[in-house]
Amino acid sequence: MLSYLVFTLTIGGLYALLALSLNLIWGGVGMVNLGLAGFFGLGAYATAIATGAGAPLVVGLAAALLVGVAAGGLVTFATLRLRDDYLAIVTLGFAEVVRLVALNERWLTKGSDGISGIRAPFKAELGTAGFAWFYLAFVTAIVIAVWLLMRRLDRAPIGRAMKAVREDQELARFAGKDVLRLKFQAFAVSAAIAGLSGALYAHFQSYVAPDHIQPLITIYIFLAVTAGGVGRPAGAVLGAYAVVIFLEGTRFAAEIVPGLQPVQLAALREIMVGMALILILRLKPQGVLPERNPPAPRPAA
Amino acid sequence: MSATAILQALLNGLMTGTLLAVPAVGFTAIFAVLRFPNFAVAAYATIGAFAAWWVNTRFGLPIIPALAVAFLAAGLAGAVAEKLALDALRPAGALTVAIASIALNLVLENVVRFAFGNDLRGFDLPIVADLRFAGLRVGLQQIQSLVLALGIMAALLAFLRWTRFGRAMRAVADNADLARLKAIDPALVATVTIFLGAGLSGVGGVLIGLDTSIDPLTGYRVLLAVFASAVLGGLGSIPGAVAGALMLGISEELALLVFPATYRSAVGFAAILLMLTFRPRGLLGERAA
Repeated sequence: MLSYLVFTLTIGGLYALLALSLNLIWGGVGMVNLGLAGFFGLGAYATAIATGAGAPLVVGLAAALLVGVAAGGLVTFATLRLRDDYLAIVTLGFAEVVRLVALNERWLTKGSDGISGIRAPFKAELGTAGFAWFYLAFVTAIVIAVWLLMRRLDRAPIGRAMKAVREDQELARFAGKDVLRLKFQAFAVSAAIAGLSGALYAHFQSYVAPDHIQPLITIYIFLAVTAGGVGRPAGAVLGAYAVVIFLEGTRFAAEIVPGLQPVQLAALREIMVGMALILILRLKPQGVLPERNPPAPRPAA
Repeated sequence: MSATAILQALLNGLMTGTLLAVPAVGFTAIFAVLRFPNFAVAAYATIGAFAAWWVNTRFGLPIIPALAVAFLAAGLAGAVAEKLALDALRPAGALTVAIASIALNLVLENVVRFAFGNDLRGFDLPIVADLRFAGLRVGLQQIQSLVLALGIMAALLAFLRWTRFGRAMRAVADNADLARLKAIDPALVATVTIFLGAGLSGVGGVLIGLDTSIDPLTGYRVLLAVFASAVLGGLGSIPGAVAGALMLGISEELALLVFPATYRSAVGFAAILLMLTFRPRGLLGERAA
């Protein structure tokens, strides 16, 4: 039971990183990424391939970050000037393409078998249980670090400039903000964080396969950020842990409901996730931890 | 590569493109009037496919009445679901509605999964031999689907051009405020558009699943191609969606002469990226910024 809890919290941390990634662009500059799962997968494969070729862990994680940034550039360069729904369509397609490449380029990704035996840091020294605890601490520390960074960013001038872009691009441009640059930077950093989450997943599970690039993950993260509060990093983190607990909780609930097939239980769970997202958007769009807008500074008299 | 192979690819592309045009027109019509990309068209395609499959295998309905059932079932599901789930979100902006439509898609897809499971289902159709001429091969079933798709699109264009309601829809798509001044009820137009768009997606789901099989992900699998068709033609343009679908169908088949068949949906992605880079408003669209 304890090891199950440790596992769940580690996954919660990975979701929290994805939620911080989405919150940065959605809550920041008002862009969405429907291909979060693709960036997650890309990061996982990047480090799996790099460390598989003998690179140290740090290089693997750095590779995941870089590949995330590069992919972020690919999906934004065509859409940055367009209405934001174009980006939504492109990112959705991007995740599918990542999955297809992972499935087909066997020389690189081992196809549908996936890459196994990805290095799990200190697992040999710590043993299975020790590794689980160590990795939980490792992931949690990274979540805290990224959260602090995002909070700092949120309150910095650039954070306010980003939110100005979100509220009204024309006005922000008129106020002298470089809108395209802000959007590009936000998306690149966001993509890097999603890639990092995937890389941490790969070293946690020691295994990555095309099946792990699930569009459902993206919807879970949208639910997390909406529930927690769009535009508030702490909300995104809280929402992510809440969603993981909810998803795991439905597993136990499933044992209570009699007479349903496993596929029906899974379907019910996804129905609940979808309805929850719609209901929150309808009833409490600001989330549990609403965004905080500091009052404008008083002009010097 | 022989000339026959290229001709065959062009022919196949024309076929898949025509079938794809049906849901693409549904998607782009909803976009034209309601101004958001509706991800739930995937679920409507699946619902249509399952409705047609159900009346076909259970009551032995032939394909044309089954298509009508698919249209009604998907259209009704769309009109009701959007009224319940998305209508109130419209003031929050296109992006919020689009995200809610993803959630709606998840709900509806899983309702189908709950009822029918994940198994692949095949339609109960008479088996017919392929036609061959000049070294090319084409199935009678495909020709029937092609004719049906063309008929449906002709009916739609006639509806938009010559009926009062069709004109009202185009007026709202052009300029909602101006349409309101002319005593056109935008809410009613929106509902009918969703019914129509979802219904067409449902018909598209059937046509696409007809010569293979269907499952709860049938709609989701063509979603990217539907988006690509609409973007290629220009989001919100109905003739554009038809042109985009044909272009995508042909590009897919030609690309598959060179790339492995599993990369089919990547062609849609590449087409979207190229079009948005060089001509974001698409072949026949107005604007994209």
